[in-house]
Amino acid sequence: MKVPVRFSVNGDDRDLYIGAHKTLMEVLRDDLELTGTKEGCGNGNCGACTINLDGKAVNACLILGVEADGHEVQTIEGVSEDGTLHPLQQAFIEESALQCGFCTPGFIMSAKVFLEQNPSPSEQEIRTAIAGNLCRCTGYDKIVRAIQAAAKLA
Amino acid sequence: MQPFDYAAPPTLEEALQILSQASGLVRPIAGGTDLIAQIKERRIAPSLVLNVKEIAEANVLDYDPGQGLRIGAAVSCSDVASYAPVAAHYPSLAQACLLVGSTQIQNRGSVGGNVCNAAPSADTVPPLLTYDAVAVIAGPGGSRRVPLEDFFQGPGKTALQPQELLIEVLLPPPLPNSNSRYLRFIPREEMDIAVAGVGSMVAVDPQTNTCTRARIALASVAPTPIRAKEAERRLEGSPLTEEAIREAGELAASACSPISDIRGSAAYRKELVKVLTRRTLSQSLPR
Repeated sequence: MKVPVRFSVNGDDRDLYIGAHKTLMEVLRDDLELTGTKEGCGNGNCGACTINLDGKAVNACLILGVEADGHEVQTIEGVSEDGTLHPLQQAFIEESALQCGFCTPGFIMSAKVFLEQNPSPSEQEIRTAIAGNLCRCTGYDKIVRAIQAAAKLA
Repeated sequence: MQPFDYAAPPTLEEALQILSQASGLVRPIAGGTDLIAQIKERRIAPSLVLNVKEIAEANVLDYDPGQGLRIGAAVSCSDVASYAPVAAHYPSLAQACLLVGSTQIQNRGSVGGNVCNAAPSADTVPPLLTYDAVAVIAGPGGSRRVPLEDFFQGPGKTALQPQELLIEVLLPPPLPNSNSRYLRFIPREEMDIAVAGVGSMVAVDPQTNTCTRARIALASVAPTPIRAKEAERRLEGSPLTEEAIREAGELAASACSPISDIRGSAAYRKELVKVLTRRTLSQSLPR
């Protein structure tokens, strides 16, 4: 079954005709070619597919594309402005908070929503906020430091 | 995923009509955080996925001091946890909502979905049971109310008939001078499934200092979430002394029938129930 949907992605309205069984992650990656959103586990454990849906961090692998109809999505591709990196993106580079980079878009999407709600968090609050994002390369200290640095910049 | 049909009816009437006319397996979707994972794992193969998030009744979140709390079936764990009356009047429910999965899961997954998924480990269920929650179920013949205690029939099995939908969960107003606590044990800090979970709720008469109502509910230690009624009876009518709380812990441990699995042995789980019952009771003495 194919279903017509319209939703906003990074500020642009998109009209699509998609299989009802396709996840939002598949729609973003395959139909819209926004491949910054990654599939890690595909079952909501790793957070590599974290996106912003109506102002909340969610796992795009556990949402149907058709469920996005009428809603607003922001992906990692919509985070920088006019070629200028978001403070979180800059902080991840400066703190070397990534190695292979696969988990990074998800971490930045989680951290961005979190800092918007809690601009000066404690280290423990940051660690709780990113508990749904897994990194298998660096450990988490540099990621936490990058989020702390971005919080100070903002 | 295997293909399926999809509907997002705007009213309850239309949703019930779709359910009554469907020939294959229909699965309602609220947050989808359990359902989509189960379809991907091929544990279920619905022919139709029915989005209930457009139905007004499923989005109600309302507290009235005389009526209590109404939680529409599609309201997310995050929204329930951040609703001020929940933290004020049903503290253990807010605590449990913030333990379900990650922030991403809490933002999407609903309390109603946690109930309908009927996992023995569902974190939001012990708090709901301790507040004598009632499931409001809509079906072809109208709506019916089922005490949540009777809703669970086994792992993944509920009192819902194929043509019925959970619409909301009702919690009566909390008793005066009452408080509650939910604790679970997991071997890490976040993102795990309870080895054992305990919710306690107690009300105390400030004149006599005796317990007027006690509710203790257990997760992950039986085929369904259960109440520990003998432990409750030990406390009701008595002062909440250290001795009474210790005995309630023992009685709660004997009320459960855990299995041994990868998360822990049956004996370990009973020990956890004993300790968590004592801790939740001590921490839910009215403020």
